[in-house]
Amino acid sequence: MTKADIVEILYEKVGFSKKDVAEVVEAIFECIKQNLEAGDKVKISGFGNFSVRQKRARRGRNPQTGGEITIEKRKVMTFKPSQLLKKSINAGRSAQP
Amino acid sequence: MTKSELIEAVAGKITAFSRKDIEVIVETVFQSMTDNLSSGDKVEIRGFGSFKIKKRDGRQGRNPKSGENIFIDSKKVPFFKAGKEIRERINKQP
Repeated sequence: MTKADIVEILYEKVGFSKKDVAEVVEAIFECIKQNLEAGDKVKISGFGNFSVRQKRARRGRNPQTGGEITIEKRKVMTFKPSQLLKKSINAGRSAQP
Repeated sequence: MTKSELIEAVAGKITAFSRKDIEVIVETVFQSMTDNLSSGDKVEIRGFGSFKIKKRDGRQGRNPKSGENIFIDSKKVPFFKAGKEIRERINKQP
């Protein structure tokens, strides 16, 4: 499933124009990205939480050459699924809250 | 930021829809992603990231409270991998 599929579902479900809906879908993910960029956590109830974590620099190894390298400190984006999402996935269908 | 704050923020940017419509769209977006993952398919949002389902085998575990041996059933867990764009954006120095 891609953004285009989501737009298609929205079009079928609520009948808004695909072009307008696509713009909203784009804005949703852009807003989440902006918040994470600013260091803020994004909590979507029923789905999960997105947050940014700071990783320290550490010694690593180039798996191809075996040479030792330093992995610089960096930030990573993580997703923690909600209980509801985990339940739905294991039930094979959407769980009711 | 919570879901309702996200709805507010999106409504502030988009004038073609009412706040109520934006709310319906936001709910439907996450609902459709949940439905899709529940049916076992992956979700790929370009620039944002992808969600996949990984299967964890059942294993022998132990109840940490009682020390009792228990069998933990196999389960499916969602797995998220951040997209290239967001990976770069969160690491940019302001």
